Amino acid sequence: MRFILRRLGFYLIAFWVSITLNFLLPRFMPGDPVSRMFARTQDRMQPEQIEALRKLLGVDDRPIWEQYVDYLHNMVTGQMGVSISRFPTPVTEVIASQVGWTLLLGGTALVIAAVVGNLLGILAAWRRGGAIDSALPPFLIFIGSFPYFWLAMGALYLFGVTLGWFPIRHAFSDTIEPSFSWEFMSDVGMHLVLPALTIVLVSVGGWMLGMRNTMIATNAEDYITMAEAKGLRPGRIMFRYAARNAMLPSVTSFGMSLGFVVGGALLTEVVFAYPGVGYQLLNAVQGLDYPLMQGLFLTITAAVLLANFLVDILYVRLDPRVRAN
Amino acid sequence: MTTSIATTASTVSGETFAGGAGTPPGTPDGGAGLPPGASVRRPNRSLLHGLLTNKKAMTGAAMLFFFIALALLAPVLYPDNPSKITGMASQEPDAEFWLGTTAKGQDVLALTIHGARSSLLVGLTVGFASTFIGILVGLAAAYFGKFIDEALSLTTNVFLLLPGLPLLVILAAFLPPGLGTVILVLVVTGWAGSARVLRSQALSIRSKDFVAAAVVTGERPLRIMFREILPNMASIVMGTLLACIIYGIGAQAGLEFLGLGDVSTVSWGNNLYWAGNEGALLTGSWWVFIPSGLCIALVAFSLSLINYAVDEVTNPRLRKIRKSKPASKPAGKPAKPGKRASA
Repeated sequence: MRFILRRLGFYLIAFWVSITLNFLLPRFMPGDPVSRMFARTQDRMQPEQIEALRKLLGVDDRPIWEQYVDYLHNMVTGQMGVSISRFPTPVTEVIASQVGWTLLLGGTALVIAAVVGNLLGILAAWRRGGAIDSALPPFLIFIGSFPYFWLAMGALYLFGVTLGWFPIRHAFSDTIEPSFSWEFMSDVGMHLVLPALTIVLVSVGGWMLGMRNTMIATNAEDYITMAEAKGLRPGRIMFRYAARNAMLPSVTSFGMSLGFVVGGALLTEVVFAYPGVGYQLLNAVQGLDYPLMQGLFLTITAAVLLANFLVDILYVRLDPRVRAN
Repeated sequence: MTTSIATTASTVSGETFAGGAGTPPGTPDGGAGLPPGASVRRPNRSLLHGLLTNKKAMTGAAMLFFFIALALLAPVLYPDNPSKITGMASQEPDAEFWLGTTAKGQDVLALTIHGARSSLLVGLTVGFASTFIGILVGLAAAYFGKFIDEALSLTTNVFLLLPGLPLLVILAAFLPPGLGTVILVLVVTGWAGSARVLRSQALSIRSKDFVAAAVVTGERPLRIMFREILPNMASIVMGTLLACIIYGIGAQAGLEFLGLGDVSTVSWGNNLYWAGNEGALLTGSWWVFIPSGLCIALVAFSLSLINYAVDEVTNPRLRKIRKSKPASKPAGKPAKPGKRASA
């Protein structure tokens, strides 16, 4: 319990840091980007909306600590202002409409990569020097060396443009109404294949190597020898004895990768024009939409922190040593 | 990017890492002048020797040197401005333009060779800078402990948790564009991973007897940190440095691909940005976007090979299994025949 509380405190501090970062960036950056934004968009807005955004972004004559307290209060209560590029939709609404797509894409890719990678790692460590162990790691490291977006571009060119097997952009076809019909679902699935595949390809190597290296250490433990001496089936030893104990670092990586789900799919989303938060973040940056930018960053951070906290709770269940301390 | 660092971290933390620093100085009683000096060299030399005889490391180093040479020789090979329009638009590779031309009519080969300069410069700078910060923070946290450790670890962990790529994008959006901004932003988002790995390693060395001896002898903290502790974690520092360079090159390319770098310079990331902008993919000009991406991949791969080799050299368990097996690893072998028999 103390462990959980400590972690919770830590995540609250991290969240506070990201809010503060958001607060400070537009106020202390050279070149006054915020005024530029206002100069461009002023005539489309109502006076009170301009006033609210000025306060949010720090074009404001009040003392800085007063602004800060106000800002903290606004963020915690979810008042993030209105989006400028999608005027007059509130920032929270814009984000809510996109976060689902990112979770779908990133979640699918992460689960597939983690399961496949860990299984391969287990097999590689179990049969040291075998085919999987000697051929796959260099190959996967090589694939993992490619920039995400470049592999995505290659896949898009090969399977999307040249072969025409998969659609090349967006999350579903314009001609289909979103619904829970089979037609719509399969369309979404088809649009998901290429972006998810490229993420899996690049990240599976990391999972495999991590698992393999931990598992090699575990395989040398006495209880493995003991299990073999007892004459247990190799499959049982491999999964119930060795892999299970080698899982913990992978669980931690899983928590950290959840951050990647929300933030890191950005490049893939951009290449495939996939309507997730990453794609939106880039649009916001290009459109000088600072309120939306800040809102997106805060949402992404909050998601990452929440995911890590959940993994911590899971960790307490998995690792008795944490409970003892 | 994040994965590569996380992988290193998990590899590192999973091991007790007695290998490289296994026989540290051994003379805690001697006056701290000479023995540490002697101990300093031994692990380093064995690491270097191990790397020189390792096939993976040598392949990686050869590839890396090839690209560094290419970057240095770029002004000799192509004295002209690489962005100059020299041919027809979107020409396929032929005898005149080995890698074809872009939609604007620029020579892709010239762009690729010149691109190596900025990409390697930024990658190496970011790698060394973030590793250096990581060393400072990690060593200080491990050596001083208590409150300083708490504060530094907290900062490190917070930075580690803040989502890197979005933070990168936000920072790049607010700061004025330029090469300096790119480097600064990448270091800000990249140092935390190395700090965490180095701290945990320094912590285990901090608890060794020879450090305690040095403290008792009254050596200055800075000297203990950099002359006693640091040399004994050479391999980890090396692994961290390589991971940071890989991160730097990849993240720079990503940032530039999004159009958030300095668009006026020629670099691999910017080549890809223009390739995407000019619709090279949709018109089928594969020769425009393949070279730069391949170069990034080959450089990152060469660094990964060296990193992998460092792991192998310092961690005996990961080495290739030889015919005469040491008694310390009885687990793997008996399992295999048993498995085959049952299968």
